[in-house]
Amino acid sequence: MRPVINVLEEEIKEKVIVEAMEILEEIGFFVENTEAAEILRNAGINVDSETQRALIPADLVKKSLKTAPQSISLYNREGDIVSELGGNNICFDPGSAALNVLDSETNEIRKPVTKDYIEFTKVVDQLEHIQAQSTAIICSDVPEDLGDRYRMYLSLIYSNKPIVTGTFIKESFEIMKDMLVSIRGGEKELRDKPLAIFDACPSPPLKWSDLTCQSIIDCAKYGIPSEFVSMPMTGANAPVTILGAIVQHAAETLAGLVITQLVSPGAPVIWGGSPAAFDMRKATTPMGSIDTMILDLGYVEIGKFLNLPTHAYLGMSDAKILDMQTGFETGMGTLLAGIKGVNMISGAGMMDFETTQSIQKLVIDNEICGMTHKFIKGIIQRDEPIAKDLIKDMEEKTHLLSHDHTLKWFREEQYIPSKIIDRSTTEEWENKGRKTIGDRANETVTKLLSKYPGVSLDEDIIEDLTKIMKYENVDFKTKLDL
Amino acid sequence: MSFAENCKEAILNGNIELAEKLANQAIEENIDINIAIDAFSLAIRKAGDLFEEGDFFLPELMRSAEAMKGAMTVFEPKIMEDKVDRSLGKVIIGTIEGDIHDIGKTLVAALMSAEGFEVFDLGADVPVGKFIDKAEEVGAKIICISALLTTTMVGQKKLIDQLKERNIRDKFKVLIGGAPVSKKWVEEIGADGSAENAVSAVKLARKLLEE
Repeated sequence: MRPVINVLEEEIKEKVIVEAMEILEEIGFFVENTEAAEILRNAGINVDSETQRALIPADLVKKSLKTAPQSISLYNREGDIVSELGGNNICFDPGSAALNVLDSETNEIRKPVTKDYIEFTKVVDQLEHIQAQSTAIICSDVPEDLGDRYRMYLSLIYSNKPIVTGTFIKESFEIMKDMLVSIRGGEKELRDKPLAIFDACPSPPLKWSDLTCQSIIDCAKYGIPSEFVSMPMTGANAPVTILGAIVQHAAETLAGLVITQLVSPGAPVIWGGSPAAFDMRKATTPMGSIDTMILDLGYVEIGKFLNLPTHAYLGMSDAKILDMQTGFETGMGTLLAGIKGVNMISGAGMMDFETTQSIQKLVIDNEICGMTHKFIKGIIQRDEPIAKDLIKDMEEKTHLLSHDHTLKWFREEQYIPSKIIDRSTTEEWENKGRKTIGDRANETVTKLLSKYPGVSLDEDIIEDLTKIMKYENVDFKTKLDL
Repeated sequence: MSFAENCKEAILNGNIELAEKLANQAIEENIDINIAIDAFSLAIRKAGDLFEEGDFFLPELMRSAEAMKGAMTVFEPKIMEDKVDRSLGKVIIGTIEGDIHDIGKTLVAALMSAEGFEVFDLGADVPVGKFIDKAEEVGAKIICISALLTTTMVGQKKLIDQLKERNIRDKFKVLIGGAPVSKKWVEEIGADGSAENAVSAVKLARKLLEE
């Protein structure tokens, strides 16, 4: 049986949706993008040109919910399916767009450069339990305006895995879309086999900015999945009650959903988020807070209630170095997200409130993700009778270690961790140099980097991507280590 | 595939039947017994290496050891007949009195036997005197004594004390094992060694006898 966890009563879910629709109808939301305002006006919605406030009738929300797809198939660069985002399926990707990296040699938090991005991508590409990559690190050695497309460029070249990404400037979309089309060979092919998901974050409370509106409109036009990342902070820009924040999250997300379905009915969207239980001492947005975690589970439950694919930023930590806090916050969040069946779980590698990526944490988190994948399989009956025959066999032999039954099942019945997890005897651990998990993670990173099989993308496509990337005669191919 | 390759496959796949069949075939075809056994030995060492590298797990290692044992049982009459001395020596192994944890000890016994030691496994909850009496009786070179509990590990000290009292401490190498055992404990009681896992235990036993 697959383990389950529920945090909202059935009738509460209904109430949340009704109240969110009332908010959109009576209070409305803010549209800062002219194209979005135009789309809404064309659907008969009054958008106040001065206040930019749009009031959305409940009927339109209901209609939009009917056309949004229940699941999204995500494909890798080569066109093989990676995950069906729907039901209780889960898929992990690293936390995205980190401003910093935790340097694994100096243990200092510093600005990332292209080399960090490439190494990170090469490692993600080889991690068994993290199915997608994200445009995880903001490279400080390229101009900010080029950041979005540059991250996409590097990710497409160095990894076969699908990408969770997004735009920080409007102009990026067209270029990033062209890169995706270049890989697929055509717009229709990209629509048929989505390779990237674009995050779009409304600004709490209830504002869809110019940039984020544009992102979801553009994605809807091309059938590229949009991941709505509403991020209410309890007690700050959202009600302090967790349920209150869930209502606000629903209203913000439904507003985005309506826009996309008006652009193109059936446009793929994901009910995602990154809310936080605002810290009342430090004025920070803790991702490792137990309240953030339950808030995440709550809004995901609403998304599931609406039969939509879901996403959450879970499995992160607010710690600044690799320590116990990093481990326990990440472990708790990841397992909870897995049990909940959040379809896309973003966060691996991330610490310090979604600002810092750690390649060491990334490979450690891969283990947590693996354990979570195993845990949600539940307990399975393999034999009939279940154990009697084996107990009988133990009358002759004192153990079952080499029994056919053990050999047949041990790899499926147990999650076998990598060497990152220490399970040796004290003596062995001492003999091998009293290593910490950070030491073992570093060894794993080094090994994965040396094992990276090399860029497998076609020369012609790399040329094409480089052409699309082109900016002021800079040849970005020189930045690659091909 | 050559005979050696077949042996390797039988051992690494833990195929007991095939290992026995190959041993019988070697006898029928009059293959030099030392060459035949070497082929199997090479394979079981490979299994140990794979285990240490993390590619092999305990069930696979144990099964390889059992396949090895299967082949050696077939060779036994021939070894006796030809008076070939292949044994690395006799080993007494068991879990100390008051302790019923014997999976670790069983593992070591299986691997030692596969390596070519003649192993006398006394089981679990074995009184100290019995270890010594048996060792004297068969002329063992090594006594391996396991304890999983901190409360029973004093039995390991008791064994060494009794060997000293009987003035036969030098006749045997004493290896101790079990979760609470540390290098410090080895030194404190004057044992000859302990190992971090079953594969290293076999290597240690070989090394001690070579000294």
